[in-house]
Amino acid sequence: MPVLLSDQRQIQASEDVVGVRQAVRRLAVELGFNLVDQTKIVTAASELARNTLQYGGGGTVRLESLQEGARRGLRLVFEDRGPGIPNIEVAMKDGYTTGGGLGLGLSGAKRLSNDFAIYSRPGEGTRVTIVRWR
Amino acid sequence: MERIPILKMGDYLLVSIQVDMHDRLAMALQDDLTSRIVSAHAKGVLIDISALDMVDSFIGRMLGDIAAVSRVLDAETVVVGMRPAVAITLVELGLSLPGVCTALDIERGIALLRTRMYARGHDDAGSA
Repeated sequence: MPVLLSDQRQIQASEDVVGVRQAVRRLAVELGFNLVDQTKIVTAASELARNTLQYGGGGTVRLESLQEGARRGLRLVFEDRGPGIPNIEVAMKDGYTTGGGLGLGLSGAKRLSNDFAIYSRPGEGTRVTIVRWR
Repeated sequence: MERIPILKMGDYLLVSIQVDMHDRLAMALQDDLTSRIVSAHAKGVLIDISALDMVDSFIGRMLGDIAAVSRVLDAETVVVGMRPAVAITLVELGLSLPGVCTALDIERGIALLRTRMYARGHDDAGSA
């Protein structure tokens, strides 16, 4: 699948989470997403960027603009080298948290995306990939 | 440090969030608002989020916590001006803001505050 544009950003502080939201918004607008779809991908990005910071101890996000046939998409890849998630099935449940939040980050981001993938190994880190198609 | 301004208007406090808040700023607003409810003897809090193009679980939790704390301090909170796209996204995210009163705009928010203050028996309801 052709990746038309790729941009990587650091997530090391809570201001960076705001920066990620704004970068995702700009790209979603460029890709012609409607307002609701823009809001969904930006909100999912905010949840995942916060997870990267809070649980992963910081990391990166890669923003990619996709083209598959006639459709355009926005892919976000969040990566950290934190402690990893021992039990992904449990971590994906609504309301599950180890950090005092509402436990909606992962499950909510999945609901707000069209495609969702998570890869994590304890001691190595976590990678979460989401795609929203226009 | 940057802060979200809190305005006093009669018995009410008015907060209009005009910036994309990072988490520490949201926490600071919650703390500031709690102190001001007490120091200003506020009976109601209006939070205008019409400028926010996104509410995620952290901001959603902050709104819920402000509503809960204000209630314990004998004040009502109404969140006004949520954009339709934000509302759709919040529900899909899994947040329905239980315990948070909402109104479409400031005028309706003030009307709602008056009704709720009256229901709680504040004899000064409507003086703002």
